[in-house]
Amino acid sequence: MRYAETGYDLEIDLSTGNIERVERDPSLTETLLGGLGICVKTMWDRVPPETKAFDPENLLIFSAPLLVGTPAMSCNRTAVVTLSPQTNLLAYPMMGGFWAAELKYAGYDRVIFRGKSPRLVYIWIHNDKVEIRDAEHLRGKGAVEVRELIREELKEPNAAVCAIGAAGEHRNFLASIEQGRSSSSRLGGGAVMGDKNIKAIAVRGTKDINLADGAKFWAHMKDVIDYINYRNANPIPDVMTILSGIGSPQEMVHTDEKWHTENFMWGNARTRRRGFWDEKISVEWPKTQLSAIKRLISCFNCPQHCGALISFRDVPRFKQKCFTKMTYCMGAYVDDLAFNFSISQKATEYGLDGFGTPQCLAMAVELREAGILTEEDFAGTDEYPPCPPAEDKEGTFYWLLDRFALRQGIGDIMADGTYWMGKRIGKGAEVYAHNTIKKHEQLPLKLGTIDPIYYLMYTTNEKISITQIEGNWPQAAFPTMEQRERFIKDWPQLPDDHFKQYLLDWEPRGENSIPYYPKPHMCSEIVDWMEMLHNIDDATGFCCGMSSFCLKPPYHIHNIPKLVSAATGMDLDEAGIKKIVNRSRNLHRAFNLMRGMTRADEVPPEDHWKRRDHEYEEKLLDTYYLYKGWNLDGVPTRERLEELDLGYVADELEKRGILKNG
Amino acid sequence: MAKVMKTVKSIKVDADKCSGCRACEIACSAFHATPKYSSINPARARIQIIRYPLRDIWMPVFAGEYTPAECMGRPSYVIDGKEYPECDFCRASCPARNRFKEPDSLLPLKCDMCESDPPEKEPLCVQWCLEDVLTYEEREEEVEEGIEIEDVETGLLAMVDKYGLQKVLDTAARVAKKGESVESKK
Repeated sequence: MRYAETGYDLEIDLSTGNIERVERDPSLTETLLGGLGICVKTMWDRVPPETKAFDPENLLIFSAPLLVGTPAMSCNRTAVVTLSPQTNLLAYPMMGGFWAAELKYAGYDRVIFRGKSPRLVYIWIHNDKVEIRDAEHLRGKGAVEVRELIREELKEPNAAVCAIGAAGEHRNFLASIEQGRSSSSRLGGGAVMGDKNIKAIAVRGTKDINLADGAKFWAHMKDVIDYINYRNANPIPDVMTILSGIGSPQEMVHTDEKWHTENFMWGNARTRRRGFWDEKISVEWPKTQLSAIKRLISCFNCPQHCGALISFRDVPRFKQKCFTKMTYCMGAYVDDLAFNFSISQKATEYGLDGFGTPQCLAMAVELREAGILTEEDFAGTDEYPPCPPAEDKEGTFYWLLDRFALRQGIGDIMADGTYWMGKRIGKGAEVYAHNTIKKHEQLPLKLGTIDPIYYLMYTTNEKISITQIEGNWPQAAFPTMEQRERFIKDWPQLPDDHFKQYLLDWEPRGENSIPYYPKPHMCSEIVDWMEMLHNIDDATGFCCGMSSFCLKPPYHIHNIPKLVSAATGMDLDEAGIKKIVNRSRNLHRAFNLMRGMTRADEVPPEDHWKRRDHEYEEKLLDTYYLYKGWNLDGVPTRERLEELDLGYVADELEKRGILKNG
Repeated sequence: MAKVMKTVKSIKVDADKCSGCRACEIACSAFHATPKYSSINPARARIQIIRYPLRDIWMPVFAGEYTPAECMGRPSYVIDGKEYPECDFCRASCPARNRFKEPDSLLPLKCDMCESDPPEKEPLCVQWCLEDVLTYEEREEEVEEGIEIEDVETGLLAMVDKYGLQKVLDTAARVAKKGESVESKK
C-alpha cells in the first residue's frame, strides 16, 4: 500500500487517444517527495533541450503533490508543469482550489499529457473511468462559465474542473488555467493547454488516501491548528497590515490600499502616485470593494479565506483573490475601483493572468502615445470596432483586452507578453518592455536603493516570479531594538538560531542597513532558507501562504518533516528533507541551463532600483552561487551534483559544455 | 412506552459563515476510518457541503436516517433570493441519489456524533471547522424509550431492501461458514 500518495500517474497521449494508468517507482518519492520535485525529474528524463513549448513532445503535467488530500490544512496546491512558451524554460505555475485533492481521491497523483489532440476536447476522470470527450461545443466559452457547463453536462455537481478560456485556446502566453478561486497563471501554462487542445479537465474521486500513522499525523495537526488559531488572533505587530497575518495576502478582507496604490507603480510599471489614497479615494474604494464581495471563501481544507465570490452590479459572478483586485485600475490609470471588478471578470472568463496582462495592455497604450503603434493598429475591422480614443482609458483597456485575449490584429503581437511585443514591434518598442526578468513580467515595483535579499531572489530563482519567492524574513529592518527583540522572541520557524542575530543587528539606516547589510553571505543563507521552504511547499502541496510566503507561518522546517514522516512512513528528518529539495532544485536548475539559461539572464529590470551598485551586485551573485555549490557561471559543480546523487546530471552538463572544470 | 431522560446532541449550522473549505468532511472521514485516522475520503463523510458556489450556496448537511423509498414530490424553496431543491436540505440516505452512501458498497451512512470511547469533547467536524460554522450543543430531554439502530443494522436493512431478506440470510450463512472454516484453521 502507498501512503499519502496514490502511487499512480495517468498518462494520456492526446495524439492517439491512448490512456494508461501507470504505477510510479516508489523510489521517486523517497528521493524527490512529489509535486514539482518528481515532475522536474519527469521533464529531465522525457523532454530534451531541443523541445519547444508548442511541440507535441512537450509534456503538460498536472500534479497533486505529496500531502494533498491528507488532513494537512491548506495543503491543496496543483502544480502545473510544462515548458513556458514565453521563456523556453520550465514553468510550474501553482494553483489552489479543489482540483488536486479530487485527483488524489480519484486514485492518481498526476495527469501527464503528451502529444496534441486533433480537436478541442475535455478530459473526464471519474475514479477508474477516464474519457477524452469532445469540447467543440465549448470553444470560446469563458473559463468560469465552462466549468459550470461541464458539471451540468456530466451531471456531477461535485466534479472539480480546471479550464482555459479563449485566451488559452488562442495560445496567449499569459493565458491562465482557472479553477474558481484560484488559477495557474504565470508563464503560459494555459497557452500550452490550449495548444494541446484541452479545454478543461474535470475530476471526481471517491477513493481513500491512506496515512502510514494517522494517529500521529492527527496529533501533529492539532498542534498546527492551535498555532493557526493563535496567529489569526495575534497579527504580527510593527509590520504593515498586509504582512501581519497568515495566508495569501488578504486582499479581499483588507480595504486599506494606501500601501499598494502609493508604492506599486501605475501604468506600464511607470508611475508612483504618492498621495493617491486621499480622503475621497479612501472612502470610495472600500465602499466599492465591500459592495462587490458576496462572501469570503477558502480553498480545500484551508481555514483562511483569501478568495471571494464577487457579485458586482450587473457583472456576472466570478471569484477573485489577491492583487488582481486593483491591477487593471493601476495599469489603465483608472481611479474608480468599479472598473477593476468589471474588467477583471471579463479577463477571468478569457482566462488571463491578472498580474501580467495589465502590464501588456499598458505597454500598448504607451506605444500608442509614443507613436510607435499607429492609429492603423487601433483601427476596426469586419470582426471588431475601432479602439476608442486614448482619453477613454477604460474603453481602450476593454478594447485591448479583447484583441489581446483573442490574438486579433495588434493583439496577436501583444499576446506573447511585453518582452516579445517589444521585439516584434521594433522601432524602439523594446525599451518599453522594461519590467521583465527572463522575458517574464514582474511585480510593478520600482524602488530606491537595491535590496540585496530581493536582488538575489528576483534574479536567481527558478520560479521567475518574486511574488512566490519571498517569505519568512521581514521585508525591512525594524526601527527599534525593542521591536526586533519582540520579533525574535517568538520565532519557532527559524531553521537556526543564528539568524536572530542578523535581525537584531539589521538597522534601517547606517552601516548595518540596506544595501550592505545583511552581508552577502547572510543574504545567501536567508535566500537559501526561503527557497528551501518554497521547494518543500511545491513538492508537498502546502499553500505558500501558510508556509514559505508569510512571516511566522504554521508550517516550517521543524514540523513539515514530522508530517511527511507520519503520512508516508518515511523516516525523514530536517536534514533529509533539505537534501531532497536541494536535489530537486539543482535538477531544476540543470534543466534550465540545458535550455540555454545563463548567468547573463539573472538580472533584475534595470530600473527596478534607482540606486544600483553593479559591482556589489556581482559580488552578491558570486557569493550566492558559491554558497549554493555552483560555479561562477551559476552551474552546479560536479561535487555538488554528486552529493545529491545527480552524477548523471553532471555528465550531461559536461557533455554539452555547460559545466566546465568541474 | 416508558419515558426516559436522554441527552440530545445537536449541531447548529450557521451556513452564512461557511467558506466552503470542506475540512469537516475530511475530519469526519478520518475519524470513521478503521483504524481511526488511517485514511481520508470525503465521499465517506457523514457531513457534506452542498455547494453551488456562483449562487453563493455552501451548506453543511449531516447524514440522517436511511430510507428505502424516494420522495414522490420534489419541491424547492427560495430563501433570501436563493433557490434550494428540497433534496439539498434532506439528510436521508435514499435511492434517489448517491449522497450519504459508502462509495464502494453504497450502504447508507449516518452521523453518529462521533460517539467513541474515550469520548470526544465534541464531534470532529465541529473541532475541525475553524470558521465557527458548526456549534455543538447538548440538552436533556424526556423522550419515549426506544431502540437505537446501530450502523450494522442500518446497513442490513438497506441490503434487505435491495436484495431481499432470503438472499441476505443465505449470504450471511455462507459468510459465517467461511468464517468458521478460517477460524478452525488458525
